[in-house]
Amino acid sequence: MIEAKGLTKRYGDKKAVDDLTFTVRPGLVTGFLGPNGAGKSTTMRMILGLDAPTSGSVTVNGRPYVKAVAPMREVGALIDAKAIHGGRSAYNHLLALAQTNNLPRRRVGEVLELTGLAQVAKKRSGGFSLGMGQRLGIAAALLGDPQVLMFDEPVNGLDPDGIRWIREFMRTLAGEGRTVFVSSHLMSEMEHTADHLIVIGRGRLQADCTVKEFIDRNSEQSVSVRTPDPQSLHRLLTTSGARVEAQPDGAMTVRGLPPARIGDLAFDAGIRVHELAPHQASLEEAFMEMTRDQVEYRANAGGPSGGPSGGQPPHPGGGHPSEPAPPTGGRRRGRSRDTDHDELIGA
Amino acid sequence: MTTATHPFSGAAPASGGMTAPIGPVKATFGGALRSEWTKIRSVRSTFWTLVVALVATIGVSVLVSIGTVGSKSGVQDLKTTGDPTSQTMSGFILGMLVMVVFGAMSITAEYSTGMIRTSFTAQPRRLVMLAAKATVLTVVALVVGLVSSLTSFLIGAQIFAGHDVHVALGDPNVLRAVVGGGLFMAVTALLSFGLGTALRHTAGSITAGVGLMFLLPVLQSFLPSAWRDAMTRWLPINAGGNILTTKDTEHMFSAWTGFGIFTLYAVVALAIGFWLTQRRDA
Repeated sequence: MIEAKGLTKRYGDKKAVDDLTFTVRPGLVTGFLGPNGAGKSTTMRMILGLDAPTSGSVTVNGRPYVKAVAPMREVGALIDAKAIHGGRSAYNHLLALAQTNNLPRRRVGEVLELTGLAQVAKKRSGGFSLGMGQRLGIAAALLGDPQVLMFDEPVNGLDPDGIRWIREFMRTLAGEGRTVFVSSHLMSEMEHTADHLIVIGRGRLQADCTVKEFIDRNSEQSVSVRTPDPQSLHRLLTTSGARVEAQPDGAMTVRGLPPARIGDLAFDAGIRVHELAPHQASLEEAFMEMTRDQVEYRANAGGPSGGPSGGQPPHPGGGHPSEPAPPTGGRRRGRSRDTDHDELIGA
Repeated sequence: MTTATHPFSGAAPASGGMTAPIGPVKATFGGALRSEWTKIRSVRSTFWTLVVALVATIGVSVLVSIGTVGSKSGVQDLKTTGDPTSQTMSGFILGMLVMVVFGAMSITAEYSTGMIRTSFTAQPRRLVMLAAKATVLTVVALVVGLVSSLTSFLIGAQIFAGHDVHVALGDPNVLRAVVGGGLFMAVTALLSFGLGTALRHTAGSITAGVGLMFLLPVLQSFLPSAWRDAMTRWLPINAGGNILTTKDTEHMFSAWTGFGIFTLYAVVALAIGFWLTQRRDA
């Protein structure tokens, strides 16, 4: 259980984290979502006591992390997989960490086995690939068999197998009743992993809800309809209160009416329907819709950029000018603020 | 959910991989000590730094001893006004230099690699970690220093004996000087460690350490003589260095007083470094 109350971090006159209040509960994978520079890493560092909050507080299992009797038994954290001395072997790195909390030495072998690093345990970690480094970070997080696990962008730079491995791992850990808190700017990743979402933009809390609620709240369901008589159906649905948009391929996108109602209306009017396909907005779309005004950086050509979709490795720090506009278009939410002068914080 | 097939694991990950429960544990100072010992012995650069310290200190000491007895005036000097004991340990100036590097890097390497964040996550009570690191560092530097001083002295004494200059560990203040050599190295490493914790950057910390130990004496030689005489004995290397001698020097502090002052400098550097580490974001 992680509880943040009014958590705020200020760098100069810039608020990296602004009055965050949330609870991360056990037994669930909680996704911590936000664009690059939204304050995710800063928040995680404050949870671990690495950074001191400007105001507010955060506790882990009821007390500040710094006060934990055996910190590694409370929280396992992967904050930065590169935060290791490359000259030290994986085994010695883990041993040195285990010793600080007086954990049994056998745990080093166990986590090496678990993360598949046993064969390279004696090798200098400086020669590890990004994926292996990430595994070493996860091995370190698991040393104390902690109740709370925190991963900052754990799938960064991993191949598809590695991504799936971590995803299943997080689900397993949550299934054992642990608290799993994982940050990402890859919305598509969270959609498949998280039960619950905490969304931040510009350091502020944007949403704290389940994945389904998030999508429901932030997007409208639309229905793709095909009919040999589009004009009649268009008129019928419009008079019934729906918003209808003709698509170039001949289909029409209907918003404001559930699929069943559309089918019933068409049936009653004797209009044949060849396709009736509900379209649920993806988390990606909902997220982009929500954070379009909160993104920390803005691509030169115009539209706000989200993360890359489909589990691609992220492009560090950069925008994605080619990112398509949110398909649910039109509904602008949140404050409209000038973001041009902003730069990445704590990324 | 399908089974992950990853080149490294081959099986879907299961829970914490526990073969037995961990039981109640505590993050203690003893644990931090063991951890710091593992850290220091598991990196090759530490080993080589210490080898360099030993070889340089003993090597130069022996060469100077040989050089001293190579001339009649040198031998004459040893027999009259000189201090044969401190003459056998002339290489310490190099050893100190290596200890400045060793002390600073033991903490700045954690900052430059990012390891410091991992260390402070495992033990968020930062002073426990710093105190453990300081302890391990001091013990290691002390051992290296004692081996250097004892070896340098024994070889030097042997060389001098061939020219009828006799010194032995049992002579007045000789043991103090030899043990002092070890202490001097240990406290030098500690002083540099204090600077490293305050400054966090390798280059800056080593520059500060070298400046304090070796450049200040050069700089103050440009001062008017009245100021110079007042200052000289307060310089770190002069205050600490008298522990290497068997005779008190004019205008200088006595061996233990001077060494106490030198230790005080180290304590001040450590206090500033620890205070800053405690209040800064990692």
